[in-house]
Amino acid sequence: MVAHARRDHPDEACGVVAGPEGSDVPLRFIPMLNAARSPTFYEFDSTDLLKLYREMDANDEVPVVIYHSHTATEAYPSRTDVSYASEPDAHYVLVSTRDPQADELRSFRIVDGEITEEPVDVVAEYDQTAPSLPE
Amino acid sequence: MAVTVSIPTILRTHTGGQKTVEASGSTLAEVIDNLEATHGGIKGRLVKEGSLHRFVNIYVNDEDVRFTGGLDASVSDGDNVTILPAVAGG
Repeated sequence: MVAHARRDHPDEACGVVAGPEGSDVPLRFIPMLNAARSPTFYEFDSTDLLKLYREMDANDEVPVVIYHSHTATEAYPSRTDVSYASEPDAHYVLVSTRDPQADELRSFRIVDGEITEEPVDVVAEYDQTAPSLPE
Repeated sequence: MAVTVSIPTILRTHTGGQKTVEASGSTLAEVIDNLEATHGGIKGRLVKEGSLHRFVNIYVNDEDVRFTGGLDASVSDGDNVTILPAVAGG
């Protein structure tokens, strides 16, 4: 996600990490085109969006993570991010590329207009035999 | 015309949790009004001041209705209508 954000800087980067429905485990990384191609806004192209959702549906997947980058501000959801957040079960990951040296990545739930930050653990792989990941 | 409408997670509060519902109409506008009659409140999430909400995508079969007439897009028997909120932000 950070590499994608760095590549697309100074435009915002965006994408999804899909996972099996009900698992809350993000397994399949899907970088998307930012149809807005803007340093301050992102939007999935509507045809890409349909294709993505049809594909996830066929695979019994859901968007476990929806990520995008901020190019000049902190990795925290903006008012716009909150008003357009329409997947209540997703983890909204924000990456900031404002600092060329330091990586910033944070994760949030956005439900009914409320932001709740959650801790991020970077692991080499998921232990899928373990009980479900903590909330 | 009887159509099947796919409902995104965030709108399922209006459909009692159902992922797909049946509706009828010969244009998208009629289908939405028909949906509103049985699932009250849904129209307000899709239509704003007489036109489709900018950040809700609606497709008839695989075509974004923005390119086929918006609310006037015609709808035939057996069509699939898919509603997907935009994935967007700033």
